[in-house]
Amino acid sequence: MNEQDFDAHKNILEQAAAWRTEGRSVAIATVVKTWGSSPRPVGSQLVVDTNNNMIGSVSGGCIEGAVVHEAIEVMQDGKPRLLFFGVSDEEAWDVGLACGGEVEVFVEKLD
Amino acid sequence: MSASHAAERSKYSSRSWTRWIEMRQALLNKLITAKAEKRPTVVVTDLASGAQSLWLGGEYDGDIAMTSGLSDSIDRTLRRDKGETFEENGVRYFLQPFPPPKRMIVVGAVHIAQSLVPMATLSGYDVTIVDPRQAFATEARFPSVSLQHDWPDEAMSALDPDRRTAVITLTHDPKLDDPALLVALRSPAFYIGALGSNRTHAKRLARLREAGLTESELARIHAPVGLDIGAVSPAEIAVSIMAQITAVLHAPAQREAA
Repeated sequence: MNEQDFDAHKNILEQAAAWRTEGRSVAIATVVKTWGSSPRPVGSQLVVDTNNNMIGSVSGGCIEGAVVHEAIEVMQDGKPRLLFFGVSDEEAWDVGLACGGEVEVFVEKLD
Repeated sequence: MSASHAAERSKYSSRSWTRWIEMRQALLNKLITAKAEKRPTVVVTDLASGAQSLWLGGEYDGDIAMTSGLSDSIDRTLRRDKGETFEENGVRYFLQPFPPPKRMIVVGAVHIAQSLVPMATLSGYDVTIVDPRQAFATEARFPSVSLQHDWPDEAMSALDPDRRTAVITLTHDPKLDDPALLVALRSPAFYIGALGSNRTHAKRLARLREAGLTESELARIHAPVGLDIGAVSPAEIAVSIMAQITAVLHAPAQREAA
């Protein structure tokens, strides 16, 4: 068994570096703070390229879409962003965490 | 969208953009090398500007000035194996530790071990199998795992379990399990488990007492090994063991002590 086959998390940064070497634009999103019952702990990472390929996660799937959207902007303008996601409002078409937690995610471009 | 932007570009102006890019690549490459070498590393990021520094076993390099507060925060984040935000002089930093992987030493290349090893690997452990019986500890039965054919006391002394190591004895044979436990119980290993029924364990305790271990040392053994979930098959027993190790790893007392 190859470790990489079943432990994607461990190799996220290695994958990011490999993508960058191939010439792709790459952004790294990292959970830097959590409040309440957030699905992934501080330090969890998601790596994204401009074709929406992703490895890793920053939530249980609740905010990945929005993070990828922001990551693409980060790749375009090079500016890092600190994103905050709060409790989702069930009445609205809003991005948030159904579990009731709150997370702060830092998104940076890998140049 | 409830995402709000707290970081903007204003703080880049004082520095050459090109130089910052070079720093970033160099930093990631250094980090990846340190991870491969299993050296503890911390990445420090200024959450407003995106500037970064790398702490690598006493060496510190990057765009963020070291302060005593930052140094304390680096110590804390490594000790807890947990990232944290740290604020000083109105600047917020994120510290992310990259500790070497936790280790698991399995004594006994038995059927249960064949289930336990992939679960442990998935959970982020570097696994070593110790079994002098070469017919059991084969590459075919345990692909991509480090196999040690030395006698358990020698193998264990060489492996030198630390506070990030779990040790599990599975051979059922006192000749192999006992010498491994003698080393493990005098090490700071965070988890020590031994396969065997209550009766087997009572006999084991008597032997180890005879060998000079104290009651508090003996009390560290989790036996019968694993959580009591009625596990029957080797895979189920492996689940109960992995669950117990995880529970011990994340117990509040363990977290604070570690």
